[in-house]
Amino acid sequence: MFYNRWGTLRAGVKNVMLELRDITVTVTEGTEATILKDINLELEKNKIYVMTGPNGGGKSSIAKTIMGIYQPSKGKLFLDGVDITDKSITERARMGIGYAFQTPPRFKGLKVRELLTLAAGREDINEQCDLLFDVGLCAQDYLDREINASFSGGELKRIEIATLLARNLKVAVFDEPEAGIDLWSFQKLTETFAQLHEKYDLTLVIISHQERILRLADQVIVVSEGRISDITSRDNILAEIERIDSDCLCRRDCIKGEILSAECDR
Amino acid sequence: MLNAIDKRLLQEVADLHTIPQGAYNIRKNGQGVSRQTTANIDIVTKKDKPGIDVIVKPGTKGESVHIPVILSDSMSDLVYNTFEIGAEADVLVVAGCGIHNTSSNKAQHDGVHEFFVRKGAKMKYVEKHYGEGNGTGARVLNPKTVIEVEEGGSVELEMVQIKGVDQTKRDTLIRLHKNARLIVTERLLTDQEQNAESNITVELLGEDSTAQIISRSVAQDNSKQVFHLILRGYAKCRGHIQCDSIIMQNAKVSSIPEITAYHSDAELIHEAAIGKIASEQLVKLMTLGLTEEEAEAAILQGFLK
Repeated sequence: MFYNRWGTLRAGVKNVMLELRDITVTVTEGTEATILKDINLELEKNKIYVMTGPNGGGKSSIAKTIMGIYQPSKGKLFLDGVDITDKSITERARMGIGYAFQTPPRFKGLKVRELLTLAAGREDINEQCDLLFDVGLCAQDYLDREINASFSGGELKRIEIATLLARNLKVAVFDEPEAGIDLWSFQKLTETFAQLHEKYDLTLVIISHQERILRLADQVIVVSEGRISDITSRDNILAEIERIDSDCLCRRDCIKGEILSAECDR
Repeated sequence: MLNAIDKRLLQEVADLHTIPQGAYNIRKNGQGVSRQTTANIDIVTKKDKPGIDVIVKPGTKGESVHIPVILSDSMSDLVYNTFEIGAEADVLVVAGCGIHNTSSNKAQHDGVHEFFVRKGAKMKYVEKHYGEGNGTGARVLNPKTVIEVEEGGSVELEMVQIKGVDQTKRDTLIRLHKNARLIVTERLLTDQEQNAESNITVELLGEDSTAQIISRSVAQDNSKQVFHLILRGYAKCRGHIQCDSIIMQNAKVSSIPEITAYHSDAELIHEAAIGKIASEQLVKLMTLGLTEEEAEAAILQGFLK
């Protein structure tokens, strides 16, 4: 199913920005484990891909492989047609790949403005104010703050996202950017992604389980058990979610009425 | 009188690009070489031992006094300086010592500084230590600092040793009286075979006195560091020690805390951590396009800033 669907898609594709070809990743932490198996992906320019699937399925591993944090034991990666398989993290970053961590690190002593300067390669206070605004933070309150333990998880995530917005990227990968972000800022976040898509000719990959993020997707990539289990349209996924929701409603009503009918159990 | 090396040392230890505004006393190779006083700040040579008395008149605001020491010969220099910061004054004191040693003999400066910060006075004291020169002789700096802060006085102490000092033993004792405030920031980097020991004792004697000590260090190569940071609360007071060290290669760091309360309303906290640079930090900066070496330098620079 995947190959047919993807194969059909491939036939008309001219603008592939990032390709993962037969990627397998094996890690050794005590024992050896294969965390990604035969991953094939072609991601086009100026499109938004949302990667979703069960926890531990391999989404973050794919993201880290794209960034060079994990090295594949088999397969190749291409950025805009250039083989980057053997490129380091630094080299890939300089070629235009960015990755926003699911759990960003804290930096004792490093201020927000300094991190944004490192990210952008220049110190431009006006630009930094705009970046912080885009992630829902007040520059006056944050630019001179150290990125230390005083930051909440949500604040860290926003700074992390801002470090990617600061860069001129070809491929930006966001790992669960909505985690820890409050509901009020969530809308702002989705707007920021939509604007990124409109403003820059970049390939956006967002790992997420959130319906509102899924609604941004041109394509949804489902990852499970270290493999791509499906690549489908946003509409198909949303229809699937709706079906699951209605099933749940049905079950809830049945339980409420203390009747478990054969229809509900179906 | 001051050559290019002297000027570079002065820049390193006292941020002096030219002769400073305000009061100053420059000591080179055991001798006073240049001095200026102002209407509010007097500097007098001690008669019984080497050193100076710095007297800041009560109520003096916004003035500074620079008292750097430079050593460009291999020698041992011992100096005793006394500072009288008058009531309600608000001043900046910049000390520091730079050693340029090209010989195989030891160059050593031991400075004993005693401060009296009178009622309601504010003082910021900056002390930088720096060493350079391609000689095999050790560069040794042993400062001893004693500060008495009277009622309502406020002291900010900034002690920095980032480069080139082979051996140091810092002894600092601060006594805080009623409503006195203290902030100490210590920055220390050692590498190669260097040794550093820092002993800071703060006695919170008066009611509502507060002290905060922030010590950050980086130990590289085979260097060794020892920290004894001590808070003693004798009254209703608050004190907080935060001691963080990054350890690299084969270095050794000991952080030995002591907080002692002699009063039931004393609130004292000690936090100490030693660890290497977190790999997630390095990887994060590498994903921004820095090399591993650049990432490490940025992390250390931020940490010690």
